[in-house]
Amino acid sequence: MKSVKNHLSLVIALLSILFSMQVFIMAERSIEAYKVNLANNYSIIAVSQKQLKSNEILSINKIILKAQELSPDSVIKRLSSDMKSSNVELLKLTLPKFYKITLAYYPTPQEIKQLRNDLLNSTAITKVEDFSHTHDTTYKLLLLFKNIVTIFAAVVLVVTILLIFKELRIWQYKHNERMSIMGLFGAALWLRSAVLFRLAIVDALIASFLAFGIFTYLSSSIWIKEQFEYIGINIVIFNPIDDFLMILGVAMSISIILASLIVLGHKEEA
Amino acid sequence: MDKVIVAKDLSLSYSNNETIINKANFSVSSGNFVFITGASGSGKSTLLKSLYGALKPKQGSLIVGGVELARVSRSKLNFLRRHIGIVFQDYKLVKEWTIDKNIMLPLLINGYVKSVGSNQVDKLLRHVRLNHQSGKFPLELSGGEQQRVAMARALAHNPILILADEPTGNLDEYSSQLIWNLLEGANEQLKTTVIVVTHYIPKTLNIDYKHFHIEYGNIHEIC
Repeated sequence: MKSVKNHLSLVIALLSILFSMQVFIMAERSIEAYKVNLANNYSIIAVSQKQLKSNEILSINKIILKAQELSPDSVIKRLSSDMKSSNVELLKLTLPKFYKITLAYYPTPQEIKQLRNDLLNSTAITKVEDFSHTHDTTYKLLLLFKNIVTIFAAVVLVVTILLIFKELRIWQYKHNERMSIMGLFGAALWLRSAVLFRLAIVDALIASFLAFGIFTYLSSSIWIKEQFEYIGINIVIFNPIDDFLMILGVAMSISIILASLIVLGHKEEA
Repeated sequence: MDKVIVAKDLSLSYSNNETIINKANFSVSSGNFVFITGASGSGKSTLLKSLYGALKPKQGSLIVGGVELARVSRSKLNFLRRHIGIVFQDYKLVKEWTIDKNIMLPLLINGYVKSVGSNQVDKLLRHVRLNHQSGKFPLELSGGEQQRVAMARALAHNPILILADEPTGNLDEYSSQLIWNLLEGANEQLKTTVIVVTHYIPKTLNIDYKHFHIEYGNIHEIC
């Protein structure tokens, strides 16, 4: 029981850091996937009086991924019932050309503005519809979500760092006496600190494997998969190799830094 | 006889610069049993601390086991301490370790294999009459028993020098006598040099001893 208590406080603190870090990574991945999704569905309409080649439009701004001419048939179809076919052909020739411009990624409002100006500065293009109002609302929502997740992660980080520093003081108190006694009998620094580092490494391993278990369970949860499907994205919630190695690395670094601070802060009895 | 301790013009002080020991000259030969006495606050424990390197000489020279403690590196000090056994008034046992592990500590530090160390611990527990308490933790034992564990720990690695700081200060008559017998035995049978800081010298001792008395920062050799 005493041994479990010895480990529990640092394991819980480490676990909350690892948990908030992985949630932050998941949120980043979701936002990125959602941005790709939005970019695929978002396009700008440019109007030109003359026929433009795809290359001409692509050269206007590097954010432009694809430019596709829209057929005027659907518009003309609505008018054609009252018109002669020769007039319809004439109308087709006089109508401006419409281009659907698809973008490489989901742009910021500033990038949209810049793109609009670039397009209008081109002599051939006379009008641009960028649906900026819809874009702005979606972009702001995305930004809000990202900020909330960042604030949440930062708050958890600060609280856990405070917890860890409290734990550090308890450890210092607990281990100081033993380290001093060992020093009186000539134990080298590595031997005096060995118990401390062993405890820190064991706690980091326990916290990492617990985090691994929690996120493996979450990533296989049907409910969570459904939530992501609702918003039309498919992300890797937890990569068992890459994410686990990162979690293990962070946990090990924190606990080894903690143990090192205690060893460096240790003052021998005089 | 070889000199285990040689002090020349030794001055000791803490950080407040008040001199505790002033230009002391003394030496202790191998196999000596030495008592250091003096009034409370006279500097007995301070002198003992300097002998195991916990307090560096402010001035002069202090050589213990061939090591000059005025200019000693950490590794050399560790090396010296591996050949010294120390006993404190407050025992200084590691509370979360069993008494067996406490006694094993100097053996592990000196690189003994665990199985050899375990045999040595069994012998020592019998020697200090605590074999029936094996596996217990220090706080499960009485003060006298804890001090016997500390004695066993000090003897474990056959040190060249045992330093004892008021080892019977907290003990009853029976336990005190056991501790004196153990110190006497180490000195007589193993020829270990023993230095004891104490308020009184027991009358029951059957060995020759040296006696230093500290007064106003000066060390006087009484006998």
